[in-house]
Amino acid sequence: MNRAQRGAAGSRGLGTMEVKSKFGAEFRRFSLERSKPGKFEEFYGLLQHVHKIPNVDVLVGYTDIHGDLLPINNDDNYHKAVSTANPLLRIFIQRKEDADYSAFGTDTMTRKKNVLSNVLRPDNHKKKPHIVISMPQDFRPVSSIIDVDILPETHRRVRLYKYGTDKPLGFYIRDGSSVRVTPHGLEKVPGIFISRLVPGGLAQSTGLLAVNDEVLEVNGIEVSGKSLDQVTDMMIANSRNLIITVRPANQRNNVVRNSRTSGSSGQSTESSLPSSTPNILGNLTQGEEESDEEDIIIEDSGEPQQIPKAAPTSESIESLSQIELLHESTQNGFLPSSEMNLNHSAGSISMEYEVPEPGRKSLEEDGTIITL
Amino acid sequence: MRRFLRPGHDPVRERLKRDLFQFNKTVEHGFPHQPSALGYSPFLRLMAIGTRSGAIKLYGAPGVEFMGLHEENNTVMQIHFIPDQCQLVTLLDDNSLHLWSLKQHGGASELREEHRFTLKGPPGSPPSATQVTAVLPHSSQEVLYLGTESGNIFVVELPSLGVLEDRTITPEAVLQRIPEDNCNRRSCEMVEALREHPKNPDQILIGYSRGLIVLWDLQNNKATHHFLSSQQLENLYWQRDGSKFISCHYDGSYTQWPVSSDNRQSEPLENTVPYGPFPCKAISKIYWQTTKNGLPYIIFQGGMPRASYGDRHSISVIHGSQQTAFDFTSRVIDFFIIFSSDPAAEFDDPSALVVLAEEELVVIDLKSAGWPAVHPPYLASLHCSAITCSHHVSNIPLKLWERIISAGSKQNIHYSSMPWPIDGGTNIAPDPPQRDLLLTGHEDGTVRFWDASGVCLHLLYKLSTVRVFLTDADPNDNMNTLGEDEWPPLRKVGTFDPYSDDPRLGIQKIYLCKYSGYLAVAGTAGQVLVMELNDEDAEHVVDHAEADLLQDQEGYRWKGHEKLKTRDGPVQFEAGFQPFVLVQCQPPAVVTSLALHSEWKLVAFGTSHGFGLFDHQQKRLVFVKCTLHPSDQLALEGPLSRVKSLKKSLRQSFRRIRRSRVSSRKRRGGGGNASEVQEANAKFDQDVLQEMELAPVQRKIEARSAEDSFTGFVRTLYFADTFLRDSSRHCPSLWAGTNGGTVYAFCLRVPPAERRMDEPVRAEQAKEIQLMHRAPVVGILVLDGRSTPLPEPLEVAHDLSKSPDMQGSHQLLVVSEEQFKVFTLPKVSSKLKLKLTALEGCRVRKVTVANFGSCKTDDYSENDLAVLTNLGDIQIISLPFLKLQIRYPCIRKEDVSGIASCVFTKYGQGFYLISPSEFERFSLSTKWLVEPRCIVDMPEVTSNNHVHKSGSENAARKS
Repeated sequence: MNRAQRGAAGSRGLGTMEVKSKFGAEFRRFSLERSKPGKFEEFYGLLQHVHKIPNVDVLVGYTDIHGDLLPINNDDNYHKAVSTANPLLRIFIQRKEDADYSAFGTDTMTRKKNVLSNVLRPDNHKKKPHIVISMPQDFRPVSSIIDVDILPETHRRVRLYKYGTDKPLGFYIRDGSSVRVTPHGLEKVPGIFISRLVPGGLAQSTGLLAVNDEVLEVNGIEVSGKSLDQVTDMMIANSRNLIITVRPANQRNNVVRNSRTSGSSGQSTESSLPSSTPNILGNLTQGEEESDEEDIIIEDSGEPQQIPKAAPTSESIESLSQIELLHESTQNGFLPSSEMNLNHSAGSISMEYEVPEPGRKSLEEDGTIITL
Repeated sequence: MRRFLRPGHDPVRERLKRDLFQFNKTVEHGFPHQPSALGYSPFLRLMAIGTRSGAIKLYGAPGVEFMGLHEENNTVMQIHFIPDQCQLVTLLDDNSLHLWSLKQHGGASELREEHRFTLKGPPGSPPSATQVTAVLPHSSQEVLYLGTESGNIFVVELPSLGVLEDRTITPEAVLQRIPEDNCNRRSCEMVEALREHPKNPDQILIGYSRGLIVLWDLQNNKATHHFLSSQQLENLYWQRDGSKFISCHYDGSYTQWPVSSDNRQSEPLENTVPYGPFPCKAISKIYWQTTKNGLPYIIFQGGMPRASYGDRHSISVIHGSQQTAFDFTSRVIDFFIIFSSDPAAEFDDPSALVVLAEEELVVIDLKSAGWPAVHPPYLASLHCSAITCSHHVSNIPLKLWERIISAGSKQNIHYSSMPWPIDGGTNIAPDPPQRDLLLTGHEDGTVRFWDASGVCLHLLYKLSTVRVFLTDADPNDNMNTLGEDEWPPLRKVGTFDPYSDDPRLGIQKIYLCKYSGYLAVAGTAGQVLVMELNDEDAEHVVDHAEADLLQDQEGYRWKGHEKLKTRDGPVQFEAGFQPFVLVQCQPPAVVTSLALHSEWKLVAFGTSHGFGLFDHQQKRLVFVKCTLHPSDQLALEGPLSRVKSLKKSLRQSFRRIRRSRVSSRKRRGGGGNASEVQEANAKFDQDVLQEMELAPVQRKIEARSAEDSFTGFVRTLYFADTFLRDSSRHCPSLWAGTNGGTVYAFCLRVPPAERRMDEPVRAEQAKEIQLMHRAPVVGILVLDGRSTPLPEPLEVAHDLSKSPDMQGSHQLLVVSEEQFKVFTLPKVSSKLKLKLTALEGCRVRKVTVANFGSCKTDDYSENDLAVLTNLGDIQIISLPFLKLQIRYPCIRKEDVSGIASCVFTKYGQGFYLISPSEFERFSLSTKWLVEPRCIVDMPEVTSNNHVHKSGSENAARKS
């Protein structure tokens, strides 16, 4: 890279923004006018120019403030990238033919082995490859509906991704009573209900939960027979990866199975698992928890670090959890093609299923991350 | 495939679990909550206490106790033993009668309910017709006489509890033989007392509430004598020979009446108002006891001058010129006298007065000069000042045990030397396996040492920390220094004194090292005292240090209480534990954790602001660590500010309501008429009301964050000699866990013994672990190379434990309220975890390592975690694999104070408060089980002389 450009970037004018671009093992640094970023095509050309790859088709991505890798493929997300970059816009370039789509976007935070990376090393990226579904736009998942196929139509299992967002979970629960059909006729039984959604909270923003929805399960464990305080404690204990099964108070938006025509309630992002075993949730939660809840240690007043797992011993639990983790990641990324088409926007990227191989590495190499 | 091998289905382990674990609630220690009735059997020498919750407890010789519970949970109103039987009758406030008996079963006696019965009147009669007011078990053991509110006396057969209709003594029948001019139908309303003649079982004395007393002949079914008192009757009592009786009255008087064969209507011999001449309160019960020297004892309850002493709870004893009014700090429920029960004896010769007050049992020795109190071996008032914390120490070395007892005996010199007079039954329980101490900290700054080895929780020694401080309380309590000529001659008795002069004195944490006799005690105002056992009285200066836990935090204001002022100069201490070091935390917040290492001579303490380490050998503060999150205002300001802010917010919301009312009125005002305004106001009120009603109990669901309040609150401190830095060298270390899920580890350098005074102790922070789930850390433990918890300090030095394995790698167990986690050491990596809250919705409240021995073989024992959850369940979790072994429901989850008070022992037993005054003892172990096991044998009775016997027995009873 030529020194003139780097010098310019270093001067850091008021309206300029430093860009650090990486292609393969090479870095380039240059600066952009923040107020006038220009069009995506121009930027694309600029990148090809600075990396001296004029005729190579590439995919462009950047890391957002949460440390997630998001794509740049149109003017909108390009402008978004420029406006949110602080202080540095990090760009990652891949050859289109060997692009790893799974590196992008969705879910990167929830699956991240190293939660600290968010705080300590914002340029850090997950290593686990993902199945690509589509080119995610400028959004991240905050929630999903899962296990549609194994649940009764009247129930909804919602997963809230607390990680990577500053939003509070933002809901309240209360005691109440619901009517159940039993062999002896209708019976009134005590139940737990959502009593309030905090405006701007995660729960409200998903649109999947509503006041007066009855809570049936928390992370696969039935709440019947448990007190309000117990359920509160369970939800808080699972708050990093909260999966609640509700019976929505409004039953009109239910997913109708076997016909893919309906289900979208406007703001919700829906997905379903085409095939999963009924015990998937149990496996899934365990796997998730193993990965998302690593404690931190500071040794001798040094840098905070993730506490690694001790080398798996002959303990069956230990080895199991790893298998489940893998199992879960393959299950969870699967989406039917019809859904995929809905999401897909720019036609410039070819849609393919890609079943990841476990050993495959993502874009960024970072030797400091401790993995299983 | 291994996933299908579910743990817990291993049959060998299952069998072993049955040999190790077993849950039993074994005995209740302390004083029954809300006692309501008292009974005594001179024949069995057993005492019975009934409570408002329907429990009935029998006590005899130490270790002899029985408990029964009425199904109805109604208040027990009266208890009467059946003469010369192992049976008793209880009357509940629902007017039901219950017959209980002591039967031998499997080598031990058991208390069982045999029959129950409720008196039914003829159809249409009011409930008062059958409302039982007086019960007389007849000496024939065949019938009960039941006096009622209607004046009828019903006769009930024993043991079937069937009414003998033809033997009912009706008011009409009584009135037949009484001249009409001084009696009418109303004279016979409500039977107040029924007393059998001491010599002639065919005669009973009936006292009616309006003052009419009748001697009734059961053979001929007629009244032989009648006596008329002008005052409302309260109670009756026969003299031993049956020639006189005494009655006591509502106006505070008592009257003696002669019973002669010639005169059918007697005039009183003597009428006295003992505390007159001004109006007095009623005398509700009276005893007349004869003695060899001719001077009787007259003992009665109440009768105090209404205006000046009407609020006193007193029992007066008059013997010749001696008169004392024993003054109790709580209401007197009932009392009885223990006297010669030998029917051949000529005199009563009373030996002891037993008083059941609402909060304690007081026994007065009537034989010794000055009538001193007797130290009860059981029924201790645990709550004489409210219990604030407890600490259990198992297996006390004999030497320390004896020294504590000797210190305690010096405190008890004012007690009578009389052997315990209630000594019925035989304790056949095996001797307690070891000497156990239960230490309770109290609100008044005292620590009480209880012998918790056996069934009787017995006070050994009481330690007061008050002397170290300057308080407003006058140390020379002048309760017992009334002048000689004081009238009435009141004398305070008992120990129940729930009023604390200064709540800052309250004891919050206790740690006793049983090997060295070092004791650390910490309190509400940040005070930490280190004490040493001294067998002699001593006067010395207490070294004083301050620990500023907020070192570099600025701009805060502590709004809580001030620190305690200390006494300058030397302080006189009595023999026992004597403080030699005082550390005061600054700010003076309540001490929330405490650890003492007697070998290293270090004491660690923590509050809501941080923790510190003090070297009590060199008397030097080693270091302090602030754990406070800078944004945590609540913790900074202290405990009181929360109350203040609540008050403030309440006030504000009221203002808001008022303001909006005013404004709505204004809006409406002007042209609108008054009724309109009123209407609007009414509507507004309704709206406010509705709003309040609509707001349901709801819980916020939010992930914990570092900014939450009280995250710096230090929950646990732990000393360990382990591998903190590298795996080749172990070193002393101090571990601290906070409310926010942080664990700090400090590496300590303690100089060797020979240079202990010359070189300073050094500490350096080595590790800080942040649990991502951020739940409060409630326990920290290091397991050695054999996965055995590290021994206590000095345990190895005293050859009571194997030395820990320092070859294999150590492991760190961190217990939070939500999870159990095992990490490797020295490099911290997570090894195992058990999630409790995420799966079950319960949280850890208490956790201890307990050793469980097998009941089948002597050579097997294992260490497990005993865990109490916020739902009141007890779980046993294996070490080191953290597998749930077993779960028992123990405490109701609503019983927050019970759960908070729970303390586990090292051998799988535990205690928790079931009321402010009672500990329930439970056992999780099959091997260590302390429960009452006793036999009550029927003393030999020759059936044909009960005529003579019964007099004395009946006399001891009270309705």
